[in-house]
Amino acid sequence: MSKQTKTLNLNFGPQHPAAHGVLRLILELDGEIVEKADPHIGLLHRGTEKLIENKTYSQAIPYFDRLDYVAPMNQEHAFALAIEKILDIEVPIRGQYIRVIFCEIGRILSHILNITTQALDVGALTPSLWGFEEREKLMEFYERVSGSRLHANYFRPGGVHQDLPRGLDTDILKFCNEFPKIIDDLETLLTDNRIFKQRNVDIGIVSKDDALDYSFSGVMMRGSGVPWDLRKSQPYDCYEQLSFKVPIGKNGDCYDRYLCRVEEMRESVKIIKQCLEQLPKGPVKSQDNKITPPPKKEIKESMEALIHHFKLFTEGYRVKKDEIYTAVEAPKGEFGVYLISDGSSKPYKCKIRAPGFSHLQAMDYLIKGHMLADVPAVLGSLDIVFGEIDR
Amino acid sequence: MLNNTDLEKKINSELNTKVNSSKIVHETLNVSIEKDDLKEVLLFLKSNPDMKFKQLIDITAVDYPNKKNRFRMIYLLLSHEFNKRIIIDFPLNENEKVFSITGIFPSANWMEREVFDMYGIDFQDHPDLRRILTDYEFEGYPLRKDFPITGHKEVRYSEEKKKVIYEPVKLEQDYRNFDYNSPWQGTEYIKEIKKNNE
Repeated sequence: MSKQTKTLNLNFGPQHPAAHGVLRLILELDGEIVEKADPHIGLLHRGTEKLIENKTYSQAIPYFDRLDYVAPMNQEHAFALAIEKILDIEVPIRGQYIRVIFCEIGRILSHILNITTQALDVGALTPSLWGFEEREKLMEFYERVSGSRLHANYFRPGGVHQDLPRGLDTDILKFCNEFPKIIDDLETLLTDNRIFKQRNVDIGIVSKDDALDYSFSGVMMRGSGVPWDLRKSQPYDCYEQLSFKVPIGKNGDCYDRYLCRVEEMRESVKIIKQCLEQLPKGPVKSQDNKITPPPKKEIKESMEALIHHFKLFTEGYRVKKDEIYTAVEAPKGEFGVYLISDGSSKPYKCKIRAPGFSHLQAMDYLIKGHMLADVPAVLGSLDIVFGEIDR
Repeated sequence: MLNNTDLEKKINSELNTKVNSSKIVHETLNVSIEKDDLKEVLLFLKSNPDMKFKQLIDITAVDYPNKKNRFRMIYLLLSHEFNKRIIIDFPLNENEKVFSITGIFPSANWMEREVFDMYGIDFQDHPDLRRILTDYEFEGYPLRKDFPITGHKEVRYSEEKKKVIYEPVKLEQDYRNFDYNSPWQGTEYIKEIKKNNE
């Protein structure tokens, strides 16, 4: 007697706590085994690229906060670097250090969120309670420096908006001294946890070649043992002057990616500490008032400063005709901006290369043959945020 | 390991009939090719032992509505082994098709879908060419320069019909695009009025 079987279509999301936002995943199931996964994205599409084409360069920066809203400043960095390279502006060394400090804070923010929510997806509640307390502290640093916890709009072409407020550097240092202990605590909850390992070890394995073929970057690639980090291989700002290690995974499974993220947080803490030790004095943004606005005090005294201020916030600065691709090592991988300028004060085209887009694309390849229960585990380890995927 | 100038020479000599022009901008090699040579050029770049551009970073297009060839396709590649980036581009007419490169780089699948979605460029032999980022049953190609920034349709919940409905966009206030460029020369509409009076 032959048995007739039929595959079952399951609609996962877009309202599902483990979908990390608004992912709609159409799964084709044979019993509990996933045969095909078809992610439907775009439910958070806001047309960022179109909007940027219609805004001046300085008005475009806040849109970058809203891409990967877990680590906003890392995105601004890529855009700022692109304009700086076209205009050939030198960023003062203090500005570079401050940018690196906040990029690494962004990395910790993103990794805490990912590690703890991934743990939540596979059944562990406590890590998220502990982790989010630390995220709150970090977002407070964001707030103190830029005025808002998430949408900072702090990095500018030519440096950062303003200097660190008094006392912030000592508070960040204090956090850096305390935070490794919290990482240890998180690790005692997860790293050797039997259930966490059962859910993650040997799940969603990515081989080295496939990581290249599927355009993986960041932890997704390093977890598979490819030693590649843009902070090392194509350094920007002052990363060259800092010493840090790049953790590499061995098996390319969800568990290795988790371990990589934990180690990266430790390295980020080291980077921030070094930056704070070496933090030089001086200006934080380019002193060229054709690009960065003059201080408010000067505006009241000098006519030229007033004109600069007015021109910068109405017409904006013009960027000469050019094309450039710049990429930064965002927490999730290679975040790139392909900018085409046409000599006016608005970009002609700004293509945003989001790391999560390629990662989510590989969902079908990653999940094929796994059980339905592994879908949240793999999704969690991809570290997807829909702000950047849908743009 | 090749530096950019040697890389440019090597590509020019090995692919001489296929390269239209090449230049090094911002320490990255840009190579312009013909549409029909795309697959061969990418295969060469991917497999050549001195280059190994094994990762496709992104595919995108640019719209130049006033040019004879309306679009320009751009392919960004990365070689991990030699720490090099390369940018490939070619012009494209509005009703021409591009060969899909999903066979060479599996990751091209969604990137090509995105270009199709945003610009309406068709890809030949693509396994699954659907819209990706825009709404189901969306019409038009948003990143084309002639697509209005406010869009064509808006969505709201209708209390009478008890469901979400689509309607043509109604703006309480017209979309204002301030032209701040060189205000002392007069904005464009003043110029136009002057021109019309003459």
